[in-house]
Amino acid sequence: MALDLSYNKYSDVSYDEKERLFEECKADDRWSHVLYGCYECGICVAACPSARFYDFSPRIIAQAAAREDVDLVYTLMNDSVWDCSQCFSCDRCPRQNSPGQIITVMREVAVRNGLQTAKKALEGYGRIIYKIMSTGSQVSPDMLQPNAFPDWGGHVGEISDNLEVWRKALPPETLHTTETGWVVDDKTIIELYLIWHMTGVMDMIESIDEGLHMILVDVMEEKLEEAGYDVTFD
Amino acid sequence: MIHLPVVKANGRTFKANPDEAPTHDLRDEIFQLEKEGEWEVMRVPEPYMEVMTKYGRTKKIPVEKTWHHKSCGQCGHIPGYSTSIFWLNREFGLDYHDPTDQTSCTAWNYYASATSNPAAQAAVAMRNFAAAHEVGYFPLIHCGTSFGHYKEVRHALVHQHDLRRKVRDILKRLGKKLVIPEEIVHYSEWVLAMRHRIAERQVIDMSNITATVHPACHYHKLIEEDAIYDSEIYGAQRTAIVTSTLEALGITVGDYSTWYDCCGFGFRHILVSRDFSRSFSVKRKIEKMIEEVNPDITVTHDTGCVTTLDQSQFAGKAHGCKVGLPVMADSQVAALAMGAHPYKVLQLHWHNTDNKPFLEKIGIDYEQKWREFEAEVAKIKAGEKEFMTWDDAK
Ligand code: SF4
Ligand code: SF4
Repeated sequence: MALDLSYNKYSDVSYDEKERLFEECKADDRWSHVLYGCYECGICVAACPSARFYDFSPRIIAQAAAREDVDLVYTLMNDSVWDCSQCFSCDRCPRQNSPGQIITVMREVAVRNGLQTAKKALEGYGRIIYKIMSTGSQVSPDMLQPNAFPDWGGHVGEISDNLEVWRKALPPETLHTTETGWVVDDKTIIELYLIWHMTGVMDMIESIDEGLHMILVDVMEEKLEEAGYDVTFD
Repeated sequence: MIHLPVVKANGRTFKANPDEAPTHDLRDEIFQLEKEGEWEVMRVPEPYMEVMTKYGRTKKIPVEKTWHHKSCGQCGHIPGYSTSIFWLNREFGLDYHDPTDQTSCTAWNYYASATSNPAAQAAVAMRNFAAAHEVGYFPLIHCGTSFGHYKEVRHALVHQHDLRRKVRDILKRLGKKLVIPEEIVHYSEWVLAMRHRIAERQVIDMSNITATVHPACHYHKLIEEDAIYDSEIYGAQRTAIVTSTLEALGITVGDYSTWYDCCGFGFRHILVSRDFSRSFSVKRKIEKMIEEVNPDITVTHDTGCVTTLDQSQFAGKAHGCKVGLPVMADSQVAALAMGAHPYKVLQLHWHNTDNKPFLEKIGIDYEQKWREFEAEVAKIKAGEKEFMTWDDAK
């Protein structure tokens, strides 16, 4: 889809609001280490996989951020940043920028502020967030279901049909699991939940998916309580 | 076929000189911060091996006493990847620890959804490092993204006092010390450093094999100075990782024009926008490799790369693209060379693209091997045994 860089698309959002979000990006500790200006050389674009597939340009993002073009940054924060593959091929920028990391920061601001476009980009991703936050594993063997990966062909069905027994046919003792990649101690999970609690990560999840946040909080608070912690995520 | 180039200009090979490095050595600052009481540095246990990194500095790679920081994508979806790493350690009789007090780095989610922040990411990393320290083993990172991310975390912690303080407080509340490894080591660096010992024990001849290599972005593009380079491999103009290992095993490595390109994984894309991952992987990587090199196999060293390059070929086939190239990790190829079982150890039935022609070419009777695996599975199903053990996998 062609990227609309005219200033019309988000004209209903006030300049002050756009500026507030941009200031939030600039306030991030990383910002000054990942953006130093831009030569417009296009090296980042040449290296960028997403630029080959989408109407996407790390150069435009670095340019807009360096010029402090508040309107354009807002447009890109909505319509562009989620196309990035986060591969950091653009780290070979001769200006020592990291367009990929500029994007990481912009995405975090988009999530924290619950932008609709962030919610849309993460549609269908909720089950993964549930998995990573509750178990510390991003993916697990039981996710290999044919309906989740129809484009990977029949072998996914074969794995899911044989999952239990094929997991038992793995020599490392830690890998006989189906719901997590390996056996994880309860104590480890509790420590992970405490990290989420102390770093405010759950607030970010609430900004993009309240329902998911509620379910996760229930699961975590119950486990923490069982372990003797009186912790709430409110 | 394009043969492996050694880049030279006027007969001169380029030699990296650490005195001319454009960055200072982060390890100096890490030790300085230890002197100032900021944290404790985990030393690479002896005996260690030494390798050269991009700017000519030396990096220490532990031989053993390694704490295996597993990868959720490897263990979950391509478990023969990690099994092969463990198998290699066992074959050499090395002391290693496969922890249950370990979370993933959670960076896949971070790069996919941004539903986290630097303090949380650093705390997850440091919790894992502290867990390794408590049992006296040194972290060996299985995932390329965990490796790249932990290097970023280490860099941030060295340079951001506030972040360090915040993470130290979090760790304190977990009853843990702030400890930082002297080196962040990826398992493929261990495989590379061990390559001659692996080659000494090689029982499968692979000299008739041509491979292409895909280097993982997060291995050599994030904190690039920490990746392994070697003047004998690509004239030290590109990372030697994987290529050096395969050459030691007698495999011919072919070059191709999109070597530097990413695999198309995309973190978010591979899970919810796979049209991008499939297209990029097939059109920019697999087809180019086949057109320019026509290899027997492509070998890489990261979770996402094996997954994307392997799984994407199914849809590519439906679209009539040039596909059908088996994909494996370097640990699997190294284990196979030393005689590991293709199904009990490499667990190739979890892979997608047909790898039987490759097995046949190196003289492995894959039908017999599959029957042997099926016999183990039958015993588990019949309740004769609960699990397949390391002894069963011999
Ligand atoms: S590589 Fe750097 S300087 Fe060149 S266009 Fe991209 S961001 Fe700008
Ligand atoms: S990190 Fe994003 S912007 Fe940079 S090269 Fe990769 S896809 Fe392009």
